[in-house]
Amino acid sequence: MTSDRNRLSGPLADPSADAGYPDDHPPRMGFFTDTSVCIGCKACQVACKEWNLLPAETGELDLLGQSFDNTGALSANNWRHVAFIEQKTEQTTAPDRPPVDLGMPAMGPPGHDAGAADGQVRWLMSSDVCKHCTHAACLDVCPTGSLFRTEFGTVVVQEDICNGCGYCVPACPYGVIDIRPGDGRAFKCTLCYDRLGAGREPACAQACPTDSIQFGPLEELRERADRRVTELHERGVDQAQLYGRDPQDGVGGDGAFFLLLDEPEVYGLPPDPVVTTRDLPSMWRHAATAAVGVAVSVALSFLGRGTERRKP
Amino acid sequence: MAECHPVGFQWVMEAKERGATIIHVDPRFTRTSALADVHVPLRAGTDIAFLGALVNHVLSTGKDFREYVVAYTNAPAILRQDFADTEDLDGLFSGFDPESHHYETTTWMYEGADASAAAGARDRWPASGGEGEQDVAARQHGGRELRDTARAESYGAGGAALGGKPALDPTLQHPRCVYQVLKRHFARYTPELVEDVCGVSRELFARVADAITANSGRERTTALCYSVGWTQHTVGVQYIRTASILQALLGNIGRPGGGILALRGHASIQGSTDVPTLFDLLPGYIPMPHAHQHQDLDAFVAADAGTTGFWGNMRAYVVSLLKAWWGEAATQENDYRFDWLPRLTGDHGTYRTVLNQLSGECKGYFLVGENPAVGSANAKLQRLGLANLDWLVVRDLRMIESATFWKDGPEIETGELRTEEIPTEVFFLPAAAHTEKDGSFTNTQRLLQWHHAAITPPGDARSDLWFYYHLGRIIREKLAGSTDPRDRPLLDLTWDYPTEGPLAEPSADAVLAEINGHGPDGQPLSTSTQLRDDGSTACGVWIYCGVRAHGHNQAANRRPRHEQSRVAPDWGWAWPANRRILYNRASADPDGRPWSERKRYVWWDAEQGRWTGDDVPDFEADKPPGYRPPPGAKAQDALAGTDPFIMQSDGRAWLFAPAGLADGPLPAHYEPYESPVDNPLYGQQTNPALQAHDRPANRYHPAGNQVYPYAFTTYRLTEHHTAGAMSRTLPYLSELQPEFFCEVSPELAAERGLEHLGWATITTARTAVEARVLVTDRMKPLRVRGRTIHQVGLPYHWGPEGLSTGDAANELLSVVLDPNVRIQESKAATCDIRPDRRPRGPALLAHVAAYRRRAGLPDDTPPTTGEGRP
Repeated sequence: MTSDRNRLSGPLADPSADAGYPDDHPPRMGFFTDTSVCIGCKACQVACKEWNLLPAETGELDLLGQSFDNTGALSANNWRHVAFIEQKTEQTTAPDRPPVDLGMPAMGPPGHDAGAADGQVRWLMSSDVCKHCTHAACLDVCPTGSLFRTEFGTVVVQEDICNGCGYCVPACPYGVIDIRPGDGRAFKCTLCYDRLGAGREPACAQACPTDSIQFGPLEELRERADRRVTELHERGVDQAQLYGRDPQDGVGGDGAFFLLLDEPEVYGLPPDPVVTTRDLPSMWRHAATAAVGVAVSVALSFLGRGTERRKP
Repeated sequence: MAECHPVGFQWVMEAKERGATIIHVDPRFTRTSALADVHVPLRAGTDIAFLGALVNHVLSTGKDFREYVVAYTNAPAILRQDFADTEDLDGLFSGFDPESHHYETTTWMYEGADASAAAGARDRWPASGGEGEQDVAARQHGGRELRDTARAESYGAGGAALGGKPALDPTLQHPRCVYQVLKRHFARYTPELVEDVCGVSRELFARVADAITANSGRERTTALCYSVGWTQHTVGVQYIRTASILQALLGNIGRPGGGILALRGHASIQGSTDVPTLFDLLPGYIPMPHAHQHQDLDAFVAADAGTTGFWGNMRAYVVSLLKAWWGEAATQENDYRFDWLPRLTGDHGTYRTVLNQLSGECKGYFLVGENPAVGSANAKLQRLGLANLDWLVVRDLRMIESATFWKDGPEIETGELRTEEIPTEVFFLPAAAHTEKDGSFTNTQRLLQWHHAAITPPGDARSDLWFYYHLGRIIREKLAGSTDPRDRPLLDLTWDYPTEGPLAEPSADAVLAEINGHGPDGQPLSTSTQLRDDGSTACGVWIYCGVRAHGHNQAANRRPRHEQSRVAPDWGWAWPANRRILYNRASADPDGRPWSERKRYVWWDAEQGRWTGDDVPDFEADKPPGYRPPPGAKAQDALAGTDPFIMQSDGRAWLFAPAGLADGPLPAHYEPYESPVDNPLYGQQTNPALQAHDRPANRYHPAGNQVYPYAFTTYRLTEHHTAGAMSRTLPYLSELQPEFFCEVSPELAAERGLEHLGWATITTARTAVEARVLVTDRMKPLRVRGRTIHQVGLPYHWGPEGLSTGDAANELLSVVLDPNVRIQESKAATCDIRPDRRPRGPALLAHVAAYRRRAGLPDDTPPTTGEGRP
């Protein structure tokens, strides 16, 4: 495994160093969002919008009907988004029956989830945010350098440099970064870069009453998350799983990762995200091969034409 | 709790992490349910049946904390022979007068407690009649005559004062001892009844019963937390009483991790009852004197002066209050100006005031941080009242419906009111927010927390303190030189608060100093036991005495919790005397030893001869456990060293309330006033003493009426605050819950043809509102009385003003009140729900009138145009 290869995918111990920061740069900072204690209060959403002066979307007030979620998704104006998932589960009042894994992701509108016929209701809440990937495709494809890797290992878009080309939008494997309508530039969570610089924690983490959103050095958070998921498994919460924790995953691990109580799809998260620039080298190689192939065929065709002309 | 108190809920989550089992009992599956270990959906308005069955479970299985129960509760007290229970009278207690719908409470007293005649019994409301049988009742800190006026509210916080201590049977075997009476009273509250009435399965009930009893006793304690879902019923006070009985039986009062926590509806509602803003109370839960009963100070305190417990010192509290208000002008010779206190002439509660507005008796009104046109039950009745005033002063952060009803209220649309015909002159005065002023919040744990102004209020916005101080100053200036005796109370008020800054803001610290009180040397007092009845001390709120001890604002203490003990005495200041747990003497056994090491909190240190522990002991520090009162002892001296409930006249927790309540000494399950079913327990369907006002615009649905077949309940969402003035006006909150919606089960949606995200019209005899439909599995139909009962959930935040607008759920509710504190029943009523939007204009009136006709109710409004849907 060469370091060259890991520039675009695979484990990478120190993205800041990789981006050229000197050795004494601060540790990589991130979020661990433990959805098992999220109460869906949306204080993170409000604190984020207050601190970052994001526009409210009151011009188009409408119920979404997605349970208590009226935000819908992360966007240029919503850098935190609390998802509400209503499920019907197996009867929990019958502990003698072992839980049955149906092996199917439960998806669809609230109240119409797959699962047992007449059971208890489960209401999952989860505060989503930019993942601040180890390998951030948005940053890789940004032609202006507006997106950059900070000394904290986070990924930030600079609104005074962004030219609104929008390449970053399809590049993001999570669908996070977004163009603001009427503005044209791209926006997303900065992990409160301005607050970090002043030694403060991000606004959402500070506002979270139950410490569902935890902020800190990523290494510490990963250890804490490992302990937490083990603890939950010991208590019989078998579905508890970490998402974005693994440096071996398709984005080299997330700077903002999650403890989920169901499959990622249930929360609207891609089950196996891959940095969209992972295959860039091989794509270039294929492109080069193809280009050579095209050139050869063109050359051959010219040669062939000469032969043809000689025909009667 | 997660819905309405998300910040406080962090401690529930922390407790859960440390192994606590969280049980959530609520008709709806809320954000709290999502995080709880067990959710118990029950039919709205049936909590007494549920809690009563828990009481029965504890009693019938002998799982009560027997030593605690015998020593610290009135379980051994023997009742009078002529007391009759609901079991004997099919849902009534003895003493009910069916004509006046009032209870005569003499038969609820302890046996023998009525032996001696009361000296200085309060004089009586002349019209009440029946003088002969009133001697006993009159001694009860208020007595029967007050029932016509303010009734039980006039008891203050101390409850009713009793004339003596009861005879006890520590074996609990006497057939008339409270323990046995309680057992018989709740014997029919079984798991089967819970299933039948509440719609909660026996298995689920057993799970709750096992969890609570296993977690109570010497080694463990259980806490109950409730919010207005428990209080807003015609039996609201009795809900809390049932919880108190359960907790007292399990030994969960006065001990760490126990108790009953009332989660209040706003930031400082506790403060506004302490200081208070209630019509029937003076500061510190001293009852408001009555115009005809309390001619002088002696008559006022007579009912308490001879009694036992700390309320026996009421004269010192009242004199110190009068000295705080009238200073030098209050002397022993002039009865400390007791005659200058305002007097009750009747019920002046908020709903009575609305009726008085409608009848023209009440002509002017101040609305301060309150939006009844959206937030109070039967919002239409509220607006009709406001529209019949001479003047109305509204102070709020934003323009609210209660200030704009005259131009864009629903009655303008229907044609019931015409702007040019409304006589009310409305003054809207913008108010400052808490970040813009100094002051304190008193939270539900009686904890005062000081806040400092961070910024100056914008524009004309001013603090409430500024408003009232300058209003008083200007009135006093206008009256200066007056010789009219009726102006003296105003002119002699101690109204000398220093002001500061460009806005001439009165000093909140100076007000706190007056509240704290001072001694003859002018020095701040440290504790309420320093208060005297000889005029040498002044104290604005006796229970807050000590908040500024040593001249230091204790409420502003902010030592982080990690830098102090688990009790955290250096964070804010809790009344009284910075005690964090009330009645904490009960955390030790009768001999003064902790019940267990695990739950040690306050105990008797025999060597030092003092009570000591983690908290400030809620007991006289040097009264040994072995103290027994000598004959004739008064006030706290009459309580033994084993009597932890020092504000009660017998020093015990009351399983049975021999006095103080208007609707029974024990809780009984009555159906909500509007219920889809009958009461299986008693022939008495509803609380016999409740207050109903059957009149146009406030008609009621008969029980089981099929025109209004569904139950509904109202509630708050995390994203909005009460009537919406502080949230519907803010873009970041409005976008999170942008519209009024109703929550229905898939089954109800199918039955009525409601579509997810479609519109629904919800109709009651009062009016109809429209809401978007959320179909959700979180709403569950319940099997009750052999029928399927559907419940409709309605958040009540919306109105026509602000960024996020919609109909107000409170339009649907009637005004029907609990008889003790006059709280409205807004958590359980009945309605109909149909698809589509509601009719507009006069057609709305016709629609509602058509429903009333079909239900057999008085028509009231003749239809003008259009015909209501069936």
